[in-house]
Amino acid sequence: MAEYWNVNPDYEISAKSFLADKPEADVSLEFEIAVKDFVNAGKGSAEVKNTLKRLGVDPAILRRIAVASYEAEINVTAHSEGGKMYSYIYDDSVYIRFEDKGPGISNIEQAMVPGWSTADDLVREMGFGAGLGLPNIQKNSDLLHITSEYGSTTTLEIIIYYS
Amino acid sequence: MAIILKDYLDAIQAQVLTPDINTSEISIVDGYVSDMLSDVMGTAKEGQVWITIMRHMNTVAVASMTNIPCVIFAKGLTPDAAVIDRAILEDVCLAASDKQAFDLAGILYKMLGK
Repeated sequence: MAEYWNVNPDYEISAKSFLADKPEADVSLEFEIAVKDFVNAGKGSAEVKNTLKRLGVDPAILRRIAVASYEAEINVTAHSEGGKMYSYIYDDSVYIRFEDKGPGISNIEQAMVPGWSTADDLVREMGFGAGLGLPNIQKNSDLLHITSEYGSTTTLEIIIYYS
Repeated sequence: MAIILKDYLDAIQAQVLTPDINTSEISIVDGYVSDMLSDVMGTAKEGQVWITIMRHMNTVAVASMTNIPCVIFAKGLTPDAAVIDRAILEDVCLAASDKQAFDLAGILYKMLGK
């Protein structure tokens, strides 16, 4: 099982203790992500964005959350055999976890390199597959944690704080 | 410098596809030209007009996620009705112009006094 971590040092302690405890969320949302379903991919992120907007989260933070979660949703639909998006909304942060059914990432470090992509022609025709998805997720999140096993599943977790 | 979206749409003789969105109330500070959605996600900023030839559902999703108020389709391209419906739902203005991306960007650049 390969693993990748990136944590904003300002939030390292709170993010890691959050992951250890996983407290109960104020709002939980669950979305199914189907294979190569570019029409519906993004609905999960839109729901999260709209919920947070109603809660009065700062638009700049909202944008970070929307970009990170949308890129992750697109990754699941573009690269995996389908999966689920679980969103947990708290009063100071949002925690989103994407679990797919495989086939896993063979080299996570390489997948993080901007411009590197395994996307097929369909994905590229849609305007994705530029190898910018994971770097965009990293740039817009306070914590990014990926665990993957090649030939098996991938889990991607992000935490973004509102302040 | 900021301009009113409606003034820009008039200048490029755009066909507005989402007439219910009041373009007189939308302020534009900049523009972005790209057909690569991930590039737009990573770089485009709030208050920019996005000029593109990508006209599928994800274009609207990307605009919505990045708080882009208006997407201009170049070369007279127009999206399907379902895409327009989604844009109305997401409060993203869509417009089409016969001009090509270079000219659309040039006109905006001039109007913004850049």
